[in-house]
Amino acid sequence: MKSSARELTYAEAIRDAFAVALERDPRVLLLGLGVPDPKGFFGTTLGLQKQFGADRVMDMPCAENGMTGVMLGAALNGLRPVINHQRLDFALLAMDPMCTQAAKWHYMFGGAMKMPVVFRMIIGRGWGQGPQHSQCLHSWFAHIPGLKVVMPTTPHDAKGLLLAAIEDDNPVVFIEHRWLHHLKGEVPAGHYTVPIGPARRARAGRDVTIVAFSYMVLEALEAAEKLAEDGIDAEVIDVRSLRPLDQSLLLASLRKTGRLVVADTGHSTAGMAAEILAIAGESAFGSLRAAPRRVCFPDCPTPTSPSLSAEYYPRAGHIVAAVRATLQRPPNDDDLLVPAGAELDKPNPAFTGPF
Amino acid sequence: MLAAATLPPTVATALSVRLLESMVRIRFVEEAIARHYAGQQMRCPVHLSIGQEAAAAGVCAALRADDLAMSGHRSHAHYLAKGGDLPAMIAELYGKATGCCQGRGGSMHLVDLAAGFVGAVPIVGSTIPIATGLAFADRQLKRDRVTVAFLGEAATEEGVFHESANFASLHALPLVFVCENNLYSVYSPMHVRQPAHREVWQLAAGHGIAAHQGDGNDPLAVHELMHAAVAHARAGRGPVFLELKTYRWREHCGPGFDNHIGYRTEAEYLAWRERDPIARFEHRLQQSGEFDELRHAQFKDAVEAEIAAAFAAAQLAPFPAGTSLLHHVYAES
Ligand SMILES: Cc1ncc(C[n+]2csc(CCOP(=O)(O)OP(=O)(O)O)c2C)c(N)n1
Ligand SMILES: [Mg+2]
Repeated sequence: MKSSARELTYAEAIRDAFAVALERDPRVLLLGLGVPDPKGFFGTTLGLQKQFGADRVMDMPCAENGMTGVMLGAALNGLRPVINHQRLDFALLAMDPMCTQAAKWHYMFGGAMKMPVVFRMIIGRGWGQGPQHSQCLHSWFAHIPGLKVVMPTTPHDAKGLLLAAIEDDNPVVFIEHRWLHHLKGEVPAGHYTVPIGPARRARAGRDVTIVAFSYMVLEALEAAEKLAEDGIDAEVIDVRSLRPLDQSLLLASLRKTGRLVVADTGHSTAGMAAEILAIAGESAFGSLRAAPRRVCFPDCPTPTSPSLSAEYYPRAGHIVAAVRATLQRPPNDDDLLVPAGAELDKPNPAFTGPF
Repeated sequence: MLAAATLPPTVATALSVRLLESMVRIRFVEEAIARHYAGQQMRCPVHLSIGQEAAAAGVCAALRADDLAMSGHRSHAHYLAKGGDLPAMIAELYGKATGCCQGRGGSMHLVDLAAGFVGAVPIVGSTIPIATGLAFADRQLKRDRVTVAFLGEAATEEGVFHESANFASLHALPLVFVCENNLYSVYSPMHVRQPAHREVWQLAAGHGIAAHQGDGNDPLAVHELMHAAVAHARAGRGPVFLELKTYRWREHCGPGFDNHIGYRTEAEYLAWRERDPIARFEHRLQQSGEFDELRHAQFKDAVEAEIAAAFAAAQLAPFPAGTSLLHHVYAES
């Protein structure tokens, strides 16, 4: 199919991927609370039920655990379901079917069956999402052999990775950050996939490697711009696939820069950032010229009060500060200043609540 | 059982007035939240119970002060009816240090232990087993308290509801499940979630639990059902499930109305507005001569003043200090 690119938002790119998948393969099925709702699941499913029918674009009972298991049976028996969760926190009710069943099915039955299912989850942030609507637990899933885990950052990758996830014969956890939904970018029309695995170099640089996940890629790119003003040339790597994880791009970058800062949207303890540091330590030890750093959430649940956003959520400035440290540059107090008028709990300037 | 209808007239009147005032106070508080929300200072999702006040008022009026209650995302009414502190709730919506969770929670996480309101959280169904555990501990420790688990009808679709109901039934726990069936889960109507040929209360009956359905917009009817349920549970005769039919007037989350976006009809909404629990009950009290116009006007003024003071205090209150971010992750033992 000939591809022509146009500007879409991330949310539109997700919708586009669904439309392509539903059109190409009658086995594809979308299920989830509110999937056909009038707001279109943050705009990512708008009009799909009308176009493809209520038996392929389905609402469901409020029963994440049971319905995930049901979809595993459907996947074994000829369908290719995508289970959609408006918050990652809701998917946690289904840890058994995802991690103990789906992840092991192919292996434990000696390869007898395939489990083509996608678990799609959205991470919340800011505006009162608080302790139970903004958990970033991608590291949990990345810990499980048998699952694949992707976290695309750009609209292009969102569409391409979602199509790849739907076409994969293994269970894939597809995680979107809510604060990426309004982001615009070039998205080819029609069918294409972005392979699950390879990382993406989001910016080339010589002095330091910033490895970032999901929304933190945007903060890392902003950090790189600030660092450039001080003559520091940062390379930014968008991991986008957590499992399998692309070590080669990371290691090649480290051999070039010798310095590493990892920016994650989750906690540092036992998290993905620790995994990146472990890879650097195991496979690029000789190249490292400074102790690597992590920029992650503090070790506490997400507080709701907007006043704690600045303390809680790491920003570009935190990445800049970490980079200075790896370069043995003096700290700059200005790095962590919150610009006057900045509203750190809003996904975009147009947002006025409630959700 | 002492149902309101069988109470001596003066006691019945006192109950009616209490129910009306409880409902009016909840409505005024939530209307004030809706008005102030546009100021963008309550920076959290809010799930209003406007239209559903009779359930909270009728249920909590049948409880003792030391009885316990838990709820979900739509919990303002339950918290207030149970006696939760109003200024602490409003301050919590503003994310302030004086809030009932010290700003950690927001609208979806309310708590007031002094009032027996043990907590509300927004993961659908999650407080049902926890409330069951409260009742279990009370039974083990030989206290004669009753626990109420407030839930929406969608929570009966979650596995934990059934697991909890089975256990509560097995151990005859002093627990009342109060299910407000407002016909929707966000934008999803009942018919995409539950079979039309089975009523919600029958789910509980299937677990061997005494289960009843009632008019959730009639505070006296709710109170009567609850009064009997509490007596049943407190006497050690096991849990009770009440399905209360009602309707939320405003959008699922937020201050506005959303009948125009297509998931329900304006006509359906208007039909339920006709059954406004407050106007209808006020009218009934007028008819029966139990309504004291002057007293009610004074009550409304007092509540408006109380609410204005709570908002003013919340707006002026300090935010939690940044240095407190890591407080309370673990309890100090
Ligand atoms: C486990 C889980 N799944 C989904 C959600 C999203 N959600 C929030 S409120 C809600 C509706 C619940 O409906 P109901 O229990 O009937 O309560 P109502 O909102 O009608 O009062 C849903 C699905 C959630 N918070 N938790
Ligand atoms: Mg409901």
